[in-house]
Amino acid sequence: MLTIAVYVEHASGSVRRASLEALGAAAATGHEVVAILAGDGAEGAASGCAGAARAVCIAGSLASPDALARATADAARQIGARAFVASATSTGKDLAPRVAALLGSALLADCTALSATGDVLRATRPTLAGKVLIQATSSGPVFCATLRRNVFGAASGAGPAGISKAAGVNDFKAMLQSIASKTGSKLDVSEAPIVVAGGRGMKGPEHFALLEELAAAFGSAAVGASRAVVDAGWRPHGEQVGQTGKTVAPQLYVAVGISGAIQHLAGMKTSKVIVAINKDPEAPIFKHADYGIVGDAFEVLPVLTQAVKALRAQ
Amino acid sequence: MKIVACIKRVPATETQAKIAANGKGLEPAGVEYMLSFYDEIAVEEAIRTKERVGSGEVIVLTLGPAEARKELVECLAKGADRAILLVDPAWSSRDSLSTAKLLAAKIGELAPDLVFTGRVATDTDSAAVGPMLATLLGRGCVTDVVKLTIEGGGKLKAERESEAGIEMYELALPALITCQKGLNEPRYAGLKGIMAAKKKPVEEVAVQDVPNQIAVETAQLPPARKEGRIVGTGAAAVPALLEALRKEAQVV
Repeated sequence: MLTIAVYVEHASGSVRRASLEALGAAAATGHEVVAILAGDGAEGAASGCAGAARAVCIAGSLASPDALARATADAARQIGARAFVASATSTGKDLAPRVAALLGSALLADCTALSATGDVLRATRPTLAGKVLIQATSSGPVFCATLRRNVFGAASGAGPAGISKAAGVNDFKAMLQSIASKTGSKLDVSEAPIVVAGGRGMKGPEHFALLEELAAAFGSAAVGASRAVVDAGWRPHGEQVGQTGKTVAPQLYVAVGISGAIQHLAGMKTSKVIVAINKDPEAPIFKHADYGIVGDAFEVLPVLTQAVKALRAQ
Repeated sequence: MKIVACIKRVPATETQAKIAANGKGLEPAGVEYMLSFYDEIAVEEAIRTKERVGSGEVIVLTLGPAEARKELVECLAKGADRAILLVDPAWSSRDSLSTAKLLAAKIGELAPDLVFTGRVATDTDSAAVGPMLATLLGRGCVTDVVKLTIEGGGKLKAERESEAGIEMYELALPALITCQKGLNEPRYAGLKGIMAAKKKPVEEVAVQDVPNQIAVETAQLPPARKEGRIVGTGAAAVPALLEALRKEAQVV
């Protein structure tokens, strides 16, 4: 039996969905899972770490990425972890390589499968923008991996039987001073279960309101954008989906007026269901879509939005 | 100010992937290469930082095959001063930690004030080498930086794009920054730069072998998606689409 340490993110006293998925993936290997939490409110959130046998709460704040990494690596060592797993969120992607380096271990990043054969862990990860899937093991002292969101089932059931404390690290190199939050409480495109994305076919930034209305009709949905649209300044880079933007794997991805360049497909082709709406019946996006509508976005979108609203009102 | 920009030669975005005969990686025959997208931003920020400070040296560093000289020369043409190529026959199968160790050994010797890397290399898609390097070197590091300000007394302000919004960090030199899109607009090399690059030094260094920990068991092309279908044309197709999403796909 191995011990797998899972770094768990939390907000407002609750474990983040992405971390529940990481806990679920770790627990599904059949090995022992120990949750590591840090920051204010960690102890409150620790009881929500389904799938974990125990939880360790690091004292102190989350404000220095290097201090957090050292405290997390120390906690992983104390636990006797043979594996360290985090979610491939913006926090996890920053933290995990640092922790891996401190543990003298390589990292398998943004994995889409995790399994165990006895004490051998293996992971699958997309490389070359998803064009090649690698299945790999690690001979390092600690098997370190980050897990892609919306791919693994969330852990459910009982929380940890024991919650303990671990010391924080006081000296630091970089320190967070402030966060300029995104306007409103908008879901990030990489965490939303539904993404409604627009491309050049939207013809101008003013027409993205149509996509925002569709996203609002769906409920928990985010608006995404193609590279062309971001490069043209119509939408912020934080919304860009693709090889030079974010990788998303929502339940439903609706591509509107997006032709389907390789660089865009790289960021969304592991979505569960892909819908394409495009005027051009020859657009490459249709080859990758589960369902397509050939048509003008400006005609289709308002009707689709109304229909989704009606469906959800039922 | 002494600045190192780390770059990587990667398969071009348009590469049609084929699996090599050993089943463990990309078949290299016929693959065209390019400078990784985010590394262009790293090189640009290195050159701009030197220009802003008014003095110093920009060294471009890569671990790669002898052919990576091409990408290094591109960076020299844009304004970097010299280049170092850690020649590694095993470059394409290196894991994140062994890559970071080999780069860290060289950067340790160079002792630059600032190191820039791209946010992620667009071949392995790991985004690991930058923060690993910083950790091995004991440097302050901010990842995914969209704005960097050099202040007096060796202090830096770095803005990081995260899911929460824009996070503002303070750190001190020596530091390492991983560069996100939006930090700058990389310049094109002019004719003058291309000519000047021919006279700039590219030092080739053989690397000692650092073993990989990651062992690739298989490399495969992703399974083909089940063939989709056009549900209809125009707004009239909306009911058919919703029906399919509800009953077949069960996602709404």
